[in-house]
Formats: sequence, C-alpha cells, structure tokens
Amino acid sequence: MSLSLYAGTLSSGILTGLVYGLAAMGLSVIFGVVRLVNFAHGEMMVLGMFAAVVLAAAWGIDPLLSALPVAALLFVAGYGLQRGLLNRFIDRPDHQQFILLLGIAMILVNGLMMVFGPDARSTNVPYGFDAFFVGGITLDKTRVYAAGGALIVAAALYAFFRFSRTGIAIRACADNQLGAAVVGLDVKGLYAITFGIGSAVVGIAGCLLSLVIDVRPQLAADYTLLSFIIVIVGGLGSMGGALLGGVLIGVSEALAGVLIDPSRKQMVSYGLLILVLLVRPQGLLGKRG
Amino acid sequence: MSLTLQGMTWLTRRQVLVGSAGLVGAASVLGAPALGQSSSGPLKIGVLLPRSGILAQAGQSCARAEAIGASVLKGLGYSVEILSADTESNTDTARARAEKLINDGAHVIVGAFDSGQTGAAAQVCEQRGIPLVVNIAAAPQLTEQGYKTFFRNFPTSLDLVGNAFPLMKEVFATTGKAPTKALFLHANDTFGMANKGAFERLFPNAAMPFSMLEPIAYDPKAQDLSVEVAKAKASGAELLIVTTRAADAILIVREMVKQRFEPMGIMSPGSSGLYDEQFYKVLGKYSDYATTILPWYDGKTPLSQQVRAEFVKIFPKDNFEGHAFNIGCTLDALLVAADAHKRAGTTAAPALLEALRTTKLETHMMIGPAITFDAKGQNVNFSSAVVQNLDQRPTVVLPKGAAEKAPVFPMPGWQNRG
Repeated sequence: MSLSLYAGTLSSGILTGLVYGLAAMGLSVIFGVVRLVNFAHGEMMVLGMFAAVVLAAAWGIDPLLSALPVAALLFVAGYGLQRGLLNRFIDRPDHQQFILLLGIAMILVNGLMMVFGPDARSTNVPYGFDAFFVGGITLDKTRVYAAGGALIVAAALYAFFRFSRTGIAIRACADNQLGAAVVGLDVKGLYAITFGIGSAVVGIAGCLLSLVIDVRPQLAADYTLLSFIIVIVGGLGSMGGALLGGVLIGVSEALAGVLIDPSRKQMVSYGLLILVLLVRPQGLLGKRG
Repeated sequence: MSLTLQGMTWLTRRQVLVGSAGLVGAASVLGAPALGQSSSGPLKIGVLLPRSGILAQAGQSCARAEAIGASVLKGLGYSVEILSADTESNTDTARARAEKLINDGAHVIVGAFDSGQTGAAAQVCEQRGIPLVVNIAAAPQLTEQGYKTFFRNFPTSLDLVGNAFPLMKEVFATTGKAPTKALFLHANDTFGMANKGAFERLFPNAAMPFSMLEPIAYDPKAQDLSVEVAKAKASGAELLIVTTRAADAILIVREMVKQRFEPMGIMSPGSSGLYDEQFYKVLGKYSDYATTILPWYDGKTPLSQQVRAEFVKIFPKDNFEGHAFNIGCTLDALLVAADAHKRAGTTAAPALLEALRTTKLETHMMIGPAITFDAKGQNVNFSSAVVQNLDQRPTVVLPKGAAEKAPVFPMPGWQNRG
C-alpha cells in the first residue's frame, strides 16, 4: 500500500471525525448541563439533514448556508421541547426520561419516513464530486468544507460558554444547580436554552454531514449510537472531549479500513470504547466523579 | 392461587393466560395449518418485502408490482387479493411478518428480495405448509435445504455469475479492449457473500482475460466507502466488479469520481443498485456506462407494454426503466402464484403446492422461456442480458439479438462526460 493511501485515509478520517465531534458536542452540552441523556439526538440530526436537503432542492441553498436557519429552527424546537415537556421530567426517574426521549425519537423518525419516504436523498451541491489534490493526497471538497464549518461552530460554542453572560450562567447551573437557583438564576429557563443550543448544534452538524452522505430517516439510530460512543470516549460533558473523540473515532475507523478490513472497521470504535471505559472511565477529557 | 368452589377447581387469570400462550406457541411450533383459510374465493397473496430500512428503495420498487399487478392480473382472468407486509430489511422481522401474513389468511407468500430475509420466511412457510414464491433472492443454499414449499423464479448466484462471464467476454470481444486485472468489491450480506462464493468457484475455469485481485468486502449499511474505494484504486484494478445494493452503489461511484479512480469499467453480475432509479437521480451523468449483467424484462411483449402503461398511469413522475427489473421479477412471481391457483381451482395449500410443481407459465414479463420449476423448486431457464447505463437509462447492449445499442468499453473518464 502506498504512503498516499495512508495519508489520504488519515486526512479523510480527521475531516469526517470533526463533523462527528460537532454532532456529539450537542449531546455532551445537553448532558453536561441538564443531566438528560438525549436518546433523540440522532433523530434531531437527521431532521437537520432533511431540512438541508429540502432547502437545497427547493431554493438551491448550500447546506453551509442553510445551517443558519436550520440551527435557528432546531433551537426553537429544542427550547420548546425542554420548556414544555422535558422540564417536567427533570426530577423523575431516569428510565422515565429515557422512555420519553425514545418515544420522541420514534415519532421523529417515523414522521420523516411518512413525509420523505425511505429513499436516500442528497443535497447535490455543485462541488459534490470535486476534490482538492495536495501532493499525492486527495481531499474531498465536501469533507473539507464540512470540517471547516464544524471547527467554526465548535469555536463559537466555546466562546459562548466562556465569555457570554448566558454561557457563564449555564455553566454555573451545570456546576451547582442549587447554588445557581439560590443566587436567582432561572435554572429551568437556562435548561431550555441549553437544550435549544444542543439541538441547534446537532442541526448544524446534520446540515454539514448532508454534504458528505446521502440522507435517509433510518440513519438516525446509527448517529445516536455513534454520538454516545464519541462522548463516552471523549468524556461526557466535555466539549473538547467530544471533538477529540470524534476525530479519534473517525481516524481509527478509517485506518482500520486500510490496515484490517473495511467491513470490520466499526469493530475498532467499540474496541476503543471498551478500552477507554476500562482505563479511563470518565473519558479522555472528562472529569472524575 | 386457584379458587376451589364446591369441589370444582377454578383457574386464575394468570393460569389461563399462560395456558393460552402455551397452546398458541405449541401450535406454531408444531406447524399447525393456518386457521381460518377457506379453499374458495380469491387467492390471498402475502407480499413480503423490505419496504423500510436499508433495502427500502428496492423493496418499494418491487412493491410497485402490487399496484400494477392488481389490474394486470384481473385482466388475465386471475382472482387475487394482495396482503402487504414489511420486513424492515431485517431477518427476524421477515420471519415474524411471514408468520403474521399466514395468520391473516395468506394462501401464498411472495417475496422477499433479500436472500437472508427470504431464508427466514422460507422456514416459516415450510413449517406452516404454505407456498413461498421467490421474486428476487439468489443465495444458492436456499434451494438446497430440501424445502417442499419453496419455489424460486430467480437465478442463483452461481447462475448469475456463470452467465456473466461469457457475456463479459463478449463485451471485450465486441469492443476490442480487455482489462488485465479485476477487483471484486462487494457488500458482505448474504447475497454479497453468495456472489463472492460463486466467483471463487467459477472463476478458475472461466478463462477470463483478467486476473482477480484480493476482494474488498464492506458493510452494506456503511455511510462512507471512501476507504474501500481508495484501497480499490491503490490496487491498480482495471475492472471493478461489484455486488451492491442501492445506497452503496451511489456511494461507490461518487467516491470514484472524487478520487479520480477511473478503471475501464464497472460491472455487476446481477446485483441491484446500478440500474435503480435513485442511482440515475443522484449521480446524473456519472451514472452512465455502469454495467449490470442480469435477467432483464422483455420490452416487446404485450404484457410488458401493458405494465409500462399502468406504471405511467400510476407513477407519472417516475422512470419505468429504473424500476422495470424489480417490477418484472415481482410481477412474474405474482403471476406464478395466480396461475397455480387458477389451475388448482382451490386455495388449499396441498393443491396449490402440487400446481406450483407443474407450473409452465408462458406469459411473463422477464426474458426467457416458460417458467417451470425443477425438483428443488428452482426455475433453471434463465438467460442474462448486458444492461449498460447509457443516457442515464438502462439499455440492453448484449446479446446482439436483443441489443438496443452497442456496448461502450472502456468507459470515458469522469471529466470527459458532457
């Protein structure tokens, strides 16, 4: 095998992994603050993908641009969901939350199936078949743009939580819910904003990923599972961990395809997951306890 | 606890439920004949297909034969009622839905597009004594189980691959160009592995002009085949032989374009994907020149023309050629079942099975002589055609007698397409 094959595979894994990382970041943010495991995460992502497909088909809007209105739409949906429904389940047993979110997931995926049918759809952007050739390496344009978008959104999200008043308040809620309430923060309102932000992020990830893959409603469960693997590897609740986990999964799967066997590449993700759970249960960048 | 009243023992609700469940389970396991099936009236055909899940595109394409078949079968004097079921592209679900179709009164099952799911349905049909007429499923082992209720109107992988070799040679002879190295890139599901097995068995004696490189297998549910295509490109293969489904065929060609992997041709010995409607819609000009060697529909027969007319009426936005293979195979399976019912004069399973064994159906949609079944329930009278995508539609290019256009080989590079 040539060096360019390995280099190309490695770069492809990094680029795809960054988008996976962004998707997982939405899950991580929600869990880190609201302490709610969003089992409808992949379904929300597929919702974002279909929104991008519809906007591309109807008005020719590039998913890189449609990511903005889709993020706004999913923010509103996520905010409304948390405010109207999920906040009532915050103090209930975990299994009730799981069942509720699984129910929402089923409604979303079956709704998409009813509206769009089972056929794969694509955004068909003009550069969909193009690539950059750097030395002997082929870099798929859609992957490069999607990864660039993922990095920008991740940086914006980091800046929001680090510097904005709302972001700092949300972090306060995450650190000490009771303390935050005592100093007068609207904890449930901040939960709703957080769920909205998590949903918006996963919607953007869906738009970006729609550049790279063909969209089908049935993808949802796979992406929920993938996001869980990534956040567990990277560290539940850690934004940087999600991005790192995404890149690790993307690269390890891609390299396993070359070194072992393409049909067994997913085995590596699960292997990595088990290894992290054994050696560092809190995840690579997660906090202990 | 049970209640005792004046010497009588009353069962508790739990005991009644457990006993009932046990009886139902035992009846199922022991292969009790389906309840509530009368021997008069229309033939109830349970059509079992992957209407959702990973194989949904193909399943939905096959399902169009139900809508078209209703009027076509009526016009041919057959009396049928169709019950639909979805395998969800899952083997366990296929088994459960076959069971449900029979419980709902289906006299015959038609399906199930995928070899794994067909195998699961076949076990249920054999157990319940209900005929299964296969529309599409190629794994050779399906007809090697000794089933008495199994009838396959589709070639095995060995037939598909065996028929493909001489036709490939004919393509090379016609165009005067032949590859020296070929690579087999295939999904690792039941069908893909069956085709791989057929290749390994038949290739050594096929006297092909090319050598075979190490095959590459992939998960048909994969969302990204960039690594697989990169490996194929690095191998230096001049011919890419594939066994794909619908979505993966699109992924492979898209990656080939991006990575500028330009072998002399892409050929499939009978798998779906390269001639599907979705393949043309998504890939446009890049869908051209991909070639599939498989049994094809006979566009010149009155039945095919009637089916095409019905298709246009029911699905005016869709392209008939993109669905013709799936519709043809499924409609022929429906015809086989309806014909057996007509000759048997009853919907009783033993008479239907006997009628199916003596099938000799002249009027059907796919190219070939009358449909008959051998002792294993296999129709062995299949011939294949070379179907190449030209101007974004499947076009018969060989054998010469049936050809609409001449084959194009090697295919033009990705950047040289209008």
